[in-house]
Amino acid sequence: MHGLINRAIQSFVCNTYGEDRWRNVTEAAGLGFSDFEAMLTYEDDLTDDVLNALCVELRRDRSEVLEDLGTYLVSHPAVEALRRLLRFGGETYVDFLYSLDELPGRARLAVNDLVLPAMELREIRPGQFSLTCEPGLPGFGWVMMGILRAMADDYGSLVMLEHAGARGGAEVIAILLVESAFAEGRAFELGVRAG
Amino acid sequence: MIQNDDLLRMLNLLCPMYMLLDESGVVTHVGPTMQKLRPDEVLEGQRFLDLFDLTRPRCVGAFTDLLAAKGGKLNLSFRTAPRTALKGLIVGMTGGAVVKLSFGISVVEAVRDYHLTSADFSSTDPAIELLYLAEANSVAMEASRQLNLRLQAAKISAEEQAFTDTLTGLKNRRAMEHVLARKAGGGMPYALMHIDLDFFKQVNDTLGHAAGDYVLQQVARVLVEETRREDTVARAGGDEFVIVFDHLTDRPRLQRIARRLIDRLEQPMRFHGQSCRISASIGIAISTEMPDCDPLELLNQADMALYAAKRGGRAGMRFYSRGMDVTEFPTDLAQSRARTG
Repeated sequence: MHGLINRAIQSFVCNTYGEDRWRNVTEAAGLGFSDFEAMLTYEDDLTDDVLNALCVELRRDRSEVLEDLGTYLVSHPAVEALRRLLRFGGETYVDFLYSLDELPGRARLAVNDLVLPAMELREIRPGQFSLTCEPGLPGFGWVMMGILRAMADDYGSLVMLEHAGARGGAEVIAILLVESAFAEGRAFELGVRAG
Repeated sequence: MIQNDDLLRMLNLLCPMYMLLDESGVVTHVGPTMQKLRPDEVLEGQRFLDLFDLTRPRCVGAFTDLLAAKGGKLNLSFRTAPRTALKGLIVGMTGGAVVKLSFGISVVEAVRDYHLTSADFSSTDPAIELLYLAEANSVAMEASRQLNLRLQAAKISAEEQAFTDTLTGLKNRRAMEHVLARKAGGGMPYALMHIDLDFFKQVNDTLGHAAGDYVLQQVARVLVEETRREDTVARAGGDEFVIVFDHLTDRPRLQRIARRLIDRLEQPMRFHGQSCRISASIGIAISTEMPDCDPLELLNQADMALYAAKRGGRAGMRFYSRGMDVTEFPTDLAQSRARTG
């Protein structure tokens, strides 16, 4: 698993629950170290062990934890750079949804060994979409649930999301756009980089 | 003069950063994004060549020269600040010309300087992707840079540990061998001083290892204080030390240093109320006295001088001289050396 993904999990746990609990998790997972390097690659099993230990530590289901991770990635100031990169996807929430098809390509353009599952957006009828996350990263759909929810807040849109389960390894998310301009949203200026 | 509502609507969508010019090169219409670059200025009515400085084509006397530009390609920048560099494409038409402009590589600064949004670019314009890439790239580079910094720090600290004797902070045997290896064939004159502590074993045996460690640290301090910054002071083994003196081959001076070292090491050291007394024997070999001698051989000679000194009684010092190998280094001493070393 790419270090960026492991590092994202570490950042989420440290900034949300504190470094003590992160150390508990790495010890329970038997990592033998407590800091992931963003630009190195690790065995896939390590990530799985960490997530298992995290669910035990937090006494929560993996799906909830992963959804919170997705929300964290968009809304926490510590990872503002990522939120900005996602906002490059488009002017409106619907533009953003359509940009998800090319998200894995964009990710690879930035970090060429970062492989994310392919995604496909379908508009079922106006305001109603389904997002299919292809197999490759089990639970990725739950992370995307959190990202989609937090990005809706970012754009000021009101959406209803439902994880429609996995079909043959692919996860499907049902998206209902209730109101595009529901709230103010957060500002996004192209030319102002996150520190 | 070009005036066609369909044309304008098309240009606004396809390339919002454009200008229409009349036959004499005066601006007659400005696209919405182009106007954002000069928000408080009326561009219509100004001469195109008064607004911009051209670097391609370079020799432009009249507006008609522009229309003759090969492939219509223009490189230009505003004459007033911010002097953003632009790329242009000019197409002559009946009644004037259309100039399509773009930022090229300066898009990153331009977006910041003019507060542009993605609505200011045509939806097929790769400008937003270019901005995304520039930003994603700098985020990724920063992560790599951080990794490199941490790896470099880890490497330096590993190297420092590997070349440092952790008890005394002096160079260790490995570091000393590195220093000596660099001297091979170098031609730079130097002297080697081999120091062996006397009575150190008694301190260790009667007062314990903590006292022994303390004594070694004090010895290290004395050796560093009595030598110059450029000299190499190494702990070569248990209670053996080696000093490499660069550019110092003068016997009387080396003798004075050796005497002073012995005098200072003989002063009692206090450890937890106990007095620890040691002394030292010193052997010295000088590179200029033994030309063509490699550093390890010279170290061996300093070693022999040291044992000659020991044989002459404790707290002595000797310079190596030819013949010492045979006369003053008999087998029984070689054996005793093997025991203490």
